[in-house]
Amino acid sequence: MSSNLLSLAIWLPIVGAFAVFAVGSERRNIMRWLALAVAVAGFLVTLPLYIGFDTAQAGMQFVEQAAWIPRFNVSYFLGVDGISVLFLLLNSFITILVVLAGWSVIEEKQAQYMGAFLIMSGLMNGIFCALDAVLFYVFFEASLIPMYLIIGVWGGPNRVYAAFKFFLYTLLGSLLMLIALIYLFLASGGSFNLLEWHQVRLEMTPQILLFVAFLVAFAVKVPMWPVHTWLPDAHVEAPTGGSVVLAAIMLKLGAYGFLRFSLPIAPDASQYLAPMMITLSLIAVVYIGFVALVQTDMKKLVAYSSISHMGFVTLGFFIFNQLGVEGALVQMISHGFISGAMFLCIGVLYDRMHSRNIADYGGVVNTMPKFAALFLFFAMANSGLPATSGFVGEFMVILGAIKFNFWVGFAAATTLILGAAYTLWMYKRVAFGPIVNDHVRSLTDINSRELLVLGLLALAVLAMGLYPFPFTDVMHASVDNLLKHVAVSKL
Amino acid sequence: MLQNFVVPDLYPAAPELFLALMICVILLVDLFLAQSRRWITSLMTMSTLIGCAAITYATADGQSVLTFSNMFVDDLLADFLKLMLYFSVMVVLVYSRDYLVARGLDRGEFYVLVLCATLGMMVMISAAHLLSIYIGLELLSLSLYALVAIDRDSSRATEAAMKYFVLGALASGLLLYGMSMIYGATGTLEIGGIAQSIAMGSANKTVLVFGLVFLVSGIAFKLGAVPFHMWIPDVYHGAPTAITLFIASAPKLAAFAMTLRLLVYGLFEMAHHWQVMLMIMAVLSIALGNLAAIAQTNIKRMLAYSAIAHMGFMLLALMSGVVGEDRHFMINAYSSAMYYVVAYVLMSLGSFGMILLLSRAGYEAENLEDFKGLNRRSPWFAAVMMILMFSMAGIPFFIGFFAKFSVLLAAVDAGHVAIAVFAVMFSLVGAFYYLRVVKLMYFDAPTDAAPITASLDMRIVLSANGVAVALFGMFPQAIMSLCTYALVRSM
Repeated sequence: MSSNLLSLAIWLPIVGAFAVFAVGSERRNIMRWLALAVAVAGFLVTLPLYIGFDTAQAGMQFVEQAAWIPRFNVSYFLGVDGISVLFLLLNSFITILVVLAGWSVIEEKQAQYMGAFLIMSGLMNGIFCALDAVLFYVFFEASLIPMYLIIGVWGGPNRVYAAFKFFLYTLLGSLLMLIALIYLFLASGGSFNLLEWHQVRLEMTPQILLFVAFLVAFAVKVPMWPVHTWLPDAHVEAPTGGSVVLAAIMLKLGAYGFLRFSLPIAPDASQYLAPMMITLSLIAVVYIGFVALVQTDMKKLVAYSSISHMGFVTLGFFIFNQLGVEGALVQMISHGFISGAMFLCIGVLYDRMHSRNIADYGGVVNTMPKFAALFLFFAMANSGLPATSGFVGEFMVILGAIKFNFWVGFAAATTLILGAAYTLWMYKRVAFGPIVNDHVRSLTDINSRELLVLGLLALAVLAMGLYPFPFTDVMHASVDNLLKHVAVSKL
Repeated sequence: MLQNFVVPDLYPAAPELFLALMICVILLVDLFLAQSRRWITSLMTMSTLIGCAAITYATADGQSVLTFSNMFVDDLLADFLKLMLYFSVMVVLVYSRDYLVARGLDRGEFYVLVLCATLGMMVMISAAHLLSIYIGLELLSLSLYALVAIDRDSSRATEAAMKYFVLGALASGLLLYGMSMIYGATGTLEIGGIAQSIAMGSANKTVLVFGLVFLVSGIAFKLGAVPFHMWIPDVYHGAPTAITLFIASAPKLAAFAMTLRLLVYGLFEMAHHWQVMLMIMAVLSIALGNLAAIAQTNIKRMLAYSAIAHMGFMLLALMSGVVGEDRHFMINAYSSAMYYVVAYVLMSLGSFGMILLLSRAGYEAENLEDFKGLNRRSPWFAAVMMILMFSMAGIPFFIGFFAKFSVLLAAVDAGHVAIAVFAVMFSLVGAFYYLRVVKLMYFDAPTDAAPITASLDMRIVLSANGVAVALFGMFPQAIMSLCTYALVRSM
């Protein structure tokens, strides 16, 4: 099957971003509507990917291939399978919400703001469908630039520190990966084709070294404990849109990298190091859960909750069964919706009160009933309430983990308690109780634009929670194929 | 006796002869021009360079032709590097005009000295004989010493010129001493003859290695590699920015050509010896250059240290040509080095061009602080500078990434994995100070609200320079294969 849908999904937002720059912040209205139109168009071109997706097929679909740098045998090679296709949709969908969320809040250089998000959207689509390692790497690193600017230009008071930490931390990981990619290029006899790499036979020592190099790159991005410290800083300082994209999409890149690189390229090392990965994941789930409990800053709390939830994802990958991997993928999508929604909710409050401190709130439900209802829904979803998408993924991973080892499953299941504890406790302190101060008393409820944004997300969360089949159906064949591949030794 | 005199084949040296002739013409014509008509000199200089380019292009037949009793060679490598040379000198002339006019330095001597330096570089590039290398080098160096001191009322520039002259003379002495040793060992000054003599095993190895050490020291000085880098920061800082721009661009091409002619064409049999020397210098340059650049507050000094680090990267490729008896890495390694130099010259031109853009009469924009808030003063040029900085840091999609990539590939291919990891770790350090420039431009408020008053041609060329850095980053194949082709045809 050949089409240009993937190229369109990548380049349409990027080209659109330049149009947005050209219109400029001075013509604010035209620029905003143009940005929205580009974002919506970007989403629409990804829809056929889902509709036309052949769920019975495990291999790559919508493949595009052209020579790019023949000197190094690098090609412009795109394709999606059941693992990646949903992320393109998620990413393009979130981009629309981000554009809407920055509609009136961003005062300074709004055209650059919108453009940066559109460029990032295109680059991240590129990461999810690149099947050439250099192409992947190029998108992977280039996506740091817009995020760095978003945090640094439109961020909070400590934004410079957060932006640098974000950039350098992530660059550290990806530079090691670059060496690993070059090594694989030579080991595979001069190819950067990912699918060919999956078949390259490797000894145990290089496998372990490659796994570690990829681990550094992806663990920073996920982020896994103990390289997670950049995330709370970045989240707290980033503007709402930045936090949303960071939580909803960027964190997924690391997890996606494990599935695309680490597991299939170094299956023996993955099996061998799985106990370490499981331990790190459980530390993230349990320990970071406790850390989240004591946060006084709402954004920081959700940031730690993200780390904890992503621990679930890596746990699901490294127990090597269908339930675990699919549960982890569902968890990734669902976390994209829920964490995005949580950050948007906090953004709604922050735009009105200019504070993220839990202690400054109380009794919000009295002045913002509509908002409080939606916020409660997302808080419940974040703590894994059945019938929301948060439940499905966690439940699948826990089931898979118990199959693998009872105590691993047991430790993972504590998240249901911890997650509920920190999320709902925060919600209680923010929304319930008597109105604590005049600022809260003068709050106005969400306007229709905010309602639209949160409502769309609520629908997605609910739909996925009630009927996850359309999501799992897509990934089934590819995950099955991946697990079969990983089970075969390359030694 | 006259009958023994054979008229040499002048055809291969046509561009040099044309340039030499035009230097005399310009020198004479300029005498009769009033200051208000200096543009005539400028125009003639520009036309001369275009003429040289036309001649070089027209006479480029892909053959390696020796002339002047085997002292001078015209091959594709020389033609390619010369074309790059004319191009960068022309860009230098465009960028520096406003600056020179504003400071009263727009005198005939400037143009003549620049052309003399260009002639010297052309001779270096085409040298096939140790003496012609030396003559070219001295012509270049003496012109540069004078250019650094062209602002004779500036004590800082005079000091820089003195320092440059004393150290440069020392380096020339070292080079000459090394050459005499090699002459002693092989009995010839012809580069081809030297290679032959070593291959036949008739040369005294001890004397040869002794000479090689001095030769490499001289080369390292011209490239500005640690431990012969001391002059770089002081000269870059002390010289008028327009002159710094010149020193930081075109001479790198000539120094590269000299390195290639001496080490690869002449002393290839000694590769095992000089590769170790280059390795030490590369490692030290990358480390020191990147670390010292962090501490700078003056952007010219910062770029000077960054130049040292970049030359270290280039050496990394040069040292990866021969492994054991295996020579199949050769072309790949040397063309990577060449590509790196070309990419570096392009980035260096742009970055110093930006400093010139922000400078105006009576005001030198040479501190990092002067870039503060550039995004609010001129979003377009802030974007250009951002592209240049990210490119220097080696972030895709810019040309600097593929330059680093190909060098790393060559190094890993030759088995230097540890050094490659070392190099990327230091480019992480390097990313910090490039990011700082971006931070100043985008995150900080401007301290200087003066509008940018550069002339139209400079704006256009500088914009094109930035766009070229981005475009050649997206489509690196063209320059890469040109480098490889020129090398293959000239080996």
